[in-house]
Amino acid sequence: MFKNKSIISIKDLSRQEILQILKTTQALKKNPKPKLLEGKIMASLFFEPSTRTRLSTEAAMLRLGGKVIGFSDPSSKKKDSLYDTIKIVSNYSDVIAIRHSLEGAAQLASEAAGVPVINCGDGSNQHPTQTLLDLFTIQETQKKINYLHIAMIGDLKYGRTVHSLANALTHFNSRLYFVAPESLQMPHEILNDLKVKGIKYSLHEKIEEVIKKVDILYMTRIQEERFPDKLEYERVKNVYVLNKKFLEEAKHSMKILHPLPRVNEIDLDVDSTKHAYYFEQAQNGLYARQAVLGLIMGKL
Amino acid sequence: MEKKLSVSAIKQGTVIDHVTAGNALRIVRLLDLPSGKKQVTVGLNLPSIAFGYKDIIKVSERELTADEANKIAILAPRATINIIKNYKIIKKFKVQIPETIQSVIICPNPVCVTNNEKITTFFYAQQKKYTILLRCKYCLKEYSPDKITEYHT
Repeated sequence: MFKNKSIISIKDLSRQEILQILKTTQALKKNPKPKLLEGKIMASLFFEPSTRTRLSTEAAMLRLGGKVIGFSDPSSKKKDSLYDTIKIVSNYSDVIAIRHSLEGAAQLASEAAGVPVINCGDGSNQHPTQTLLDLFTIQETQKKINYLHIAMIGDLKYGRTVHSLANALTHFNSRLYFVAPESLQMPHEILNDLKVKGIKYSLHEKIEEVIKKVDILYMTRIQEERFPDKLEYERVKNVYVLNKKFLEEAKHSMKILHPLPRVNEIDLDVDSTKHAYYFEQAQNGLYARQAVLGLIMGKL
Repeated sequence: MEKKLSVSAIKQGTVIDHVTAGNALRIVRLLDLPSGKKQVTVGLNLPSIAFGYKDIIKVSERELTADEANKIAILAPRATINIIKNYKIIKKFKVQIPETIQSVIICPNPVCVTNNEKITTFFYAQQKKYTILLRCKYCLKEYSPDKITEYHT
């Protein structure tokens, strides 16, 4: 089902395929396979800076016994066309992981490459492995994936992780709560999509309105780099700061997730509570990416 | 009173009627009509009972194919194609939005890869009753046709 498939957008994956990736992630977390991709090479092409995604994708390849070539220095952007670069690199490698500032770059790469491509973020468009690790973490913490109450908080307008996550959750009958200042609310296209698929959601401006109801609180950073208007950024940057006080009314099993890095939106005092799960979530990125690599290379 | 045509009749060829006012010249470029050295007559902002104003294009000695006609559907969704022989309409059909549109539309998203690399643009068109939604294959952004302002013409 997955052999040679490029992973470009979460929308390309069916419910069945997502569930298979989650199952494989679980299996690899439990039983590492250090020789699975022995003799294989991944080209890691990071045209845009990244820490967690790049390191966890490369670590995933290395922990499966594969090797990694590539660059992470944005200054390595030469005058070559992206198409030509990918065409050439795909001759050197068995799989390509790409991050690029242009939206649609990964799709273009998948058309140029003769090997499968993993989109590690194309501008503010798609970042499917982040969504897969988010789904895995949600399932891991709640012991189920269907019928959960999930709140997304912060920059819902520019944040690609919340767009993809909302989209993926339409497969799992979630009840969604979107908490954001009006100027950063979830885009209409996504809300329309949810409506068409019969997913219940509501819009809020305060965390207090949803905290008692939810199983997952998905916090996001207000991303300065995605803001066209710096004044607007200054106005909203500290609008949500989650601290211990907010959590008093939360369900015992409620977990806080965050794609990281955080700026001020989660107080350090939350880290020691039973609700904090964002560092484990980041670690799960390693297993989710191992699952994707193993599956698309036809080894699992 | 004698009834007169605003754009003279053609003996043989194609009349593209009910073109959205203002789009005729774009269509002329898109279909590369002048290159065939055939006579092309264009009428702009003609009165139309149904739409207020319309454009019209008459191409002598050239029969537009359904594929060519559909290529212009995004610029003139209500256009009618009339195939003329001996001053008579022998075939008449409406344009239809094709499921995919290649190399016609310029993606309005400035950070879309298609605006920064030399590649053909590709849009999926989805018709919902009377509205059309265009989705870029690359950046996945969706647009209604009125948001499209630039074309590869």
